[in-house]
Amino acid sequence: MSATDLTAVGKEVPGRGGLPRDQRRVRRQNPWRWLPIAPATVLLLLFLAGPIAYCAYIAFTDMQLTGQAEASFVGFENFTKAFGDENFRNSVLLTLVFTLISSILGQNTLGLVLASLMARSTKAIRSITGAVVISAWVLPEIVAGFLLYTFFSKEGTLNEILAWLHLPSQNWLFTLPIIAVSFANVWRGTAFSMLVYSAALSEIPKEVTESAEVDGAGSWQRLWHITLPMIRRSIGTNLMLNTLQTLSVFGLIWAMTRGGPGGRSETLPIFMYDQAFNKSLIGYGTAVALLLLVVGALFSVVYLRLMREEV
Amino acid sequence: MPVMHVRPASPLVLSIAAVLAAGTLTACGGGTGSDPDTIKIAFPKDTDNKVTVRDNYVKDMAKEFEKKNKGKKVKIIPIQASAQDYVTKLQQMMRSPKTAPDLVYEDTFLINSDIKSGYLRPLDDYIGKWDDWKQFDATAKTAAKAQDGKIYGVPDGTDTRALWFNKKIFKKAGLPEDWKPKTWDDVLEAARTVKKKAPDKIPLNVFTGKGVGEAAAMQGFEMLLYGTGQDPLYDEKSKKWVKGSKGFKDSLNLVKTVYGEGLGPEVDQALSPTMQTKVVTDLLPKEKLAIALDGSWLGQQWIKTGGSPWPEWDETMGMAPMPTQNGEAPGEVSMSGGWTWSIPQKSKNPELAWKMIEHMQSQKNAVEWCVRGAQIAVRKDVAADPKYLNSMPGIKFFTKRVEHTEYRPTLPVYPQVSTAIQEAMEGVTTGDSTVGEAAKSYDAQLESITDGAVVKK
Repeated sequence: MSATDLTAVGKEVPGRGGLPRDQRRVRRQNPWRWLPIAPATVLLLLFLAGPIAYCAYIAFTDMQLTGQAEASFVGFENFTKAFGDENFRNSVLLTLVFTLISSILGQNTLGLVLASLMARSTKAIRSITGAVVISAWVLPEIVAGFLLYTFFSKEGTLNEILAWLHLPSQNWLFTLPIIAVSFANVWRGTAFSMLVYSAALSEIPKEVTESAEVDGAGSWQRLWHITLPMIRRSIGTNLMLNTLQTLSVFGLIWAMTRGGPGGRSETLPIFMYDQAFNKSLIGYGTAVALLLLVVGALFSVVYLRLMREEV
Repeated sequence: MPVMHVRPASPLVLSIAAVLAAGTLTACGGGTGSDPDTIKIAFPKDTDNKVTVRDNYVKDMAKEFEKKNKGKKVKIIPIQASAQDYVTKLQQMMRSPKTAPDLVYEDTFLINSDIKSGYLRPLDDYIGKWDDWKQFDATAKTAAKAQDGKIYGVPDGTDTRALWFNKKIFKKAGLPEDWKPKTWDDVLEAARTVKKKAPDKIPLNVFTGKGVGEAAAMQGFEMLLYGTGQDPLYDEKSKKWVKGSKGFKDSLNLVKTVYGEGLGPEVDQALSPTMQTKVVTDLLPKEKLAIALDGSWLGQQWIKTGGSPWPEWDETMGMAPMPTQNGEAPGEVSMSGGWTWSIPQKSKNPELAWKMIEHMQSQKNAVEWCVRGAQIAVRKDVAADPKYLNSMPGIKFFTKRVEHTEYRPTLPVYPQVSTAIQEAMEGVTTGDSTVGEAAKSYDAQLESITDGAVVKK
């Protein structure tokens, strides 16, 4: 869906907003143009805009899943409650940590490293590495969640390996579960960044790098002065998509820790679920969901600013 | 997802953000149409696939029912989930006429909350014409009675709670096989002895945390709390919930001691959602656990047809009443709950569903369930049936606990109070909060849940 939007804006396809005046007149003269996209528009309004509007509405009510005869409108109460709620603040913090470690530092950097290593390696290595990394990405989220649970759990693979190396083992999912789930998300999501960067790196003209090399630039200098500036926009796009996906990761964390123990890995999506369905506070849970949307929007705005300056 | 080098505009990104975030919010539920000759029965299925006691019973009942009523069909909907997820799923199903089952199995702790939400149908008209109702105990008749005086469910059994202990481990640790603790300290002392003399065993299990849900609140916490004094959770006289009580803190402190001193299972195991199943199908039958504070129904898993048959359990396991904190009268605590069969408001086949209830509650089938499900009978004709009385060792012990048993406050907010209790327990179990902090946070939550209807004790 997002890809279509991107195409539309990039190429100024007729039939979208922001067209020059004369073209707009053409469209007004010819209303039948709308006909082919009418079914899609209606479906979108019905199944996308509808639920979103409904969510926005119940965020302002005290709707409960059980124990309540009728929900009533409570204004901003759910939101003020959230900001006064220590567990909510804890979740915001954990969400930021999770996003920073797993998306910005982990997936993004590792994806770039993998892509540049692959660009230099032979075709055989390239296809093997690519297949391995992408297979992690192709796995359904819940399957990946259980796999990584067995990897990190107390009697899991990681501790077995550590014991074999005579290193002290660690109860990963208990002591610092947010780190464990962050690593899990890196494992699962790096392929996406790798693909984006592989494509971006292959677009850099050979002549540019070669002439830099002739001018005596070392490999770090080439990376800093040539490669990174040339793939800036890919970095921006990738960061943005990564961050937004990571903010809404639910199944992976749910399968591994259920947000526990004691809320130590309870990111916002888990907190939202816990409030809405375990505590039956649908209204409050939905309000938290809207706040999650705000967090996502803030990230997007920041990335957009960065990209605009650099272009 | 192909990525293009474009210069996205801000509203576009916001819309992407909205789409991604909305994906986590909206879930579609498909539903099948309703057929006047079919009833849909929803009930919980254990997370352990080998545990099929209830599935088998319902399946057998369904078969008999279809045979007896030609042309009628029974569609069973076993919901395999943890306790809390079952509740959530059921409530969501009952919200819409498209997905509402015709017959649901409701835990009595939840029923008042669901009645208030308008999910269930009063059954008084049916019960009025039903002869067997007079066989039910007086307490059982009120199990699903709402504040409006109407009855919303037919109970099929109840339960009591006490301490189970492994006599073999006790012998090894030099503890008596006819163990009968008088106080909490006696229980802790026994656990400490096991830890010392049989270090490879888990001394004591007390359910805790949100993972096991209501089991933590009821089998774990309330079994302690109700041994600290009268009306420790809800004050019947003032109709208010109790906050800031010493009993509450003492009970939390016991949980803290169990997990802090390493007398319980590993904390991560204790907090896992499958712990309840693990205790009964693994820790007890494999003789890894010495003492379990648990329910009367455990035996159902160990009989020949159970989930983990264990023929020797009768000789191995002992039972003792759970003592009050310092041996206060009556000297023991038990909590009782149980489940009822109820008909959702949005069911399109209530008549047929009621017929199914009558079928399951014919004397013969009621005995069958109490025997198979290791239930404590709630009907006089079942309680007197020799098949029931001789069904299982221990049934006499647990039936005797009914005399001093306590019931949870049957109020719509109870499930939320229960969750608050589970959170307080989880806090002290992991050591993330002190007893004082956990109790304080419970008090704050209680006040918000009950809209300030609290009393300090």
